[in-house]
Amino acid sequence: MTRLVYFAWVRERIGKGEEEIDLPSSVVTVTDLLNHLKTLGEEYESALQYPDVIRVALDMEHVEHDEPIAGAREIGIFPPMTGG
Amino acid sequence: MTLPPTIRVQREDFDLQAEVDRLSKNNPGVGAIVTFSGLCRDDGGTLAALELEHYPGMAEAAMTRIGELAIERFGLLGLTAIHRYGKIAVGENIVLVVAVAPHRQAAFDGANFVMDFLKTAAPFWKKEHSRDGAEGDWVAAKDADDAARDKWK
Repeated sequence: MTRLVYFAWVRERIGKGEEEIDLPSSVVTVTDLLNHLKTLGEEYESALQYPDVIRVALDMEHVEHDEPIAGAREIGIFPPMTGG
Repeated sequence: MTLPPTIRVQREDFDLQAEVDRLSKNNPGVGAIVTFSGLCRDDGGTLAALELEHYPGMAEAAMTRIGELAIERFGLLGLTAIHRYGKIAVGENIVLVVAVAPHRQAAFDGANFVMDFLKTAAPFWKKEHSRDGAEGDWVAAKDADDAARDKWK
C-alpha cells in the first residue's frame, strides 16, 4: 500500500486529503502514477487533467515526473506552491 | 558564531523584535540585520483574508534546506524563517525572515534569497476569502516568482 496525500485544489477536486492505495506494477514513474489515478474516476480526472502543472513529492522530496516512484511510502500531489 | 537556521511553521503570530534579539544578542560578530515581513493585503479592498494550507513535515524540511543554503552561500551568522498557516486576516502577518551577517549586503541577499525560494519551493498554498463572504479561488503561481528564484542560479 502507498499513502497518497493531496493539497489545495488537488485535494478539493479529489474530495479527500489522503488515502492508501495499491498501485499496479505497471506504475513505474510519477507520470505513470498520474495517468493511473486519472482512471479512478471523474474527480481524479478533474484534479489531474493538466499534469504539467501538478507537483509531486516522494517521501516529502519534490521530484520531476520522469522519476521512478519505487519504494516511496508517501506520495504528495499538489498544485504549484504559492506561499511566502 | 554561525547558528543553524531556525525554522517554524505555526498557527500563531510571531514577535519580530523577539526574533531579531534571539539572533543578534550575544552574537557580537553581527553587524547587519535584515528582516522581511509578509502581510495579508486587501488587494484593492476586495480581500478579507487568506487561508494558508501547508504540507506538514515537508514544509519544515524545505524551509530548513533553503535556510541552510542561504547561510552557506552568503556567509550569514544566523537565519530565522517563520511561516504561519490557517486563516489570516488582512493586516496580519504571514511570514517572517530575519538574516544576520557581518555586513549589510549578505544580510539583504540572504533574506531576499530565502523569500524567493520560500515562494516557489516550500509547500504552502493560499486561498482567497473575499470581503463579500464568498470563498474565492486558490492563488495562482506567478511566472514572476519563478523568474525571481531563477536569478540566483
